[in-house]
Amino acid sequence: MSEDSRISPDLAERMARATPQSAALGLRAVSAGRDWAIMAVPWRADLVGDPESGVIAGGVVTTLLDQTCGLAVSSRAHAEGRLTGLATLDLRIDYMRGAEPGKDIFARAHCYRLTRSIGFVRAAAYEVDEADPVATAQAAFALTPASSVPSRS
Amino acid sequence: MSDDHARRLAALLERVPYMGFLGMRAELAGDEMTAVLPFAPKLIGNTVLPALHGGVIGAFLEMTAVCQLWLHAPEKRLPRTIDVTIEYLRSGRPVTTYARADVRKVGRRIANVHVEAWQDSRDKPVAALRGHFMLADAIGAGE
Repeated sequence: MSEDSRISPDLAERMARATPQSAALGLRAVSAGRDWAIMAVPWRADLVGDPESGVIAGGVVTTLLDQTCGLAVSSRAHAEGRLTGLATLDLRIDYMRGAEPGKDIFARAHCYRLTRSIGFVRAAAYEVDEADPVATAQAAFALTPASSVPSRS
Repeated sequence: MSDDHARRLAALLERVPYMGFLGMRAELAGDEMTAVLPFAPKLIGNTVLPALHGGVIGAFLEMTAVCQLWLHAPEKRLPRTIDVTIEYLRSGRPVTTYARADVRKVGRRIANVHVEAWQDSRDKPVAALRGHFMLADAIGAGE
């Protein structure tokens, strides 16, 4: 993570907070570069998906991964001087294990390819070590007219 | 499926905090469950369109699959998600969303489920999910 953060903290913060759902979850942008982004979500009792174990719901991880993948695509588009809105085309998530109760979950997404109309992204969600992920994801985003910046679906 | 199932399903929705966070409900007609996600402003992911957050739609589809599987064995723990693929077909407008799950296969340890979500019209789905789920019996038993 030695790259400079080329997306302004202001834009990252706006991307993180612009949507009511990300605000409701307490999502925050941690850092972002020319084709990547890191976001986090805090563990909260009202987000638990399995009351027996206290593990946070998979749906929270889904939203974190979707949002972080979107931020990675936006960062890359921004770095290339393109203003665009985004719509998720598809999102594939593999759940390796339950997240540890009480810990923040981070997601790191890399937009490894951006064409004229599509952004391709890989991501992982983890508490501490990206090499020991809670979940991994693969997503494709359609770039939409810039009128929908900075929000996204 | 009986009134008993309906009561247990309602109790499950209350017991799982995240389902309460989403505001998710479910209706039973025989053994067919329809999950219902009433619109709430906090579910919005795009304020310009406006549209529901893609993560919320994905989460709702996943919870629908989990609830439908759980109905087969409601005395057991919730199934655990192994993987999901979510396809976004239309933007989710700020109205009530519905979903139904189709359990394609239940094996000894793993089930395959397809789920579709729609709003005004069932033949215009907003999103679809295909996923694999670890059944309660297999969780923690040499999975």
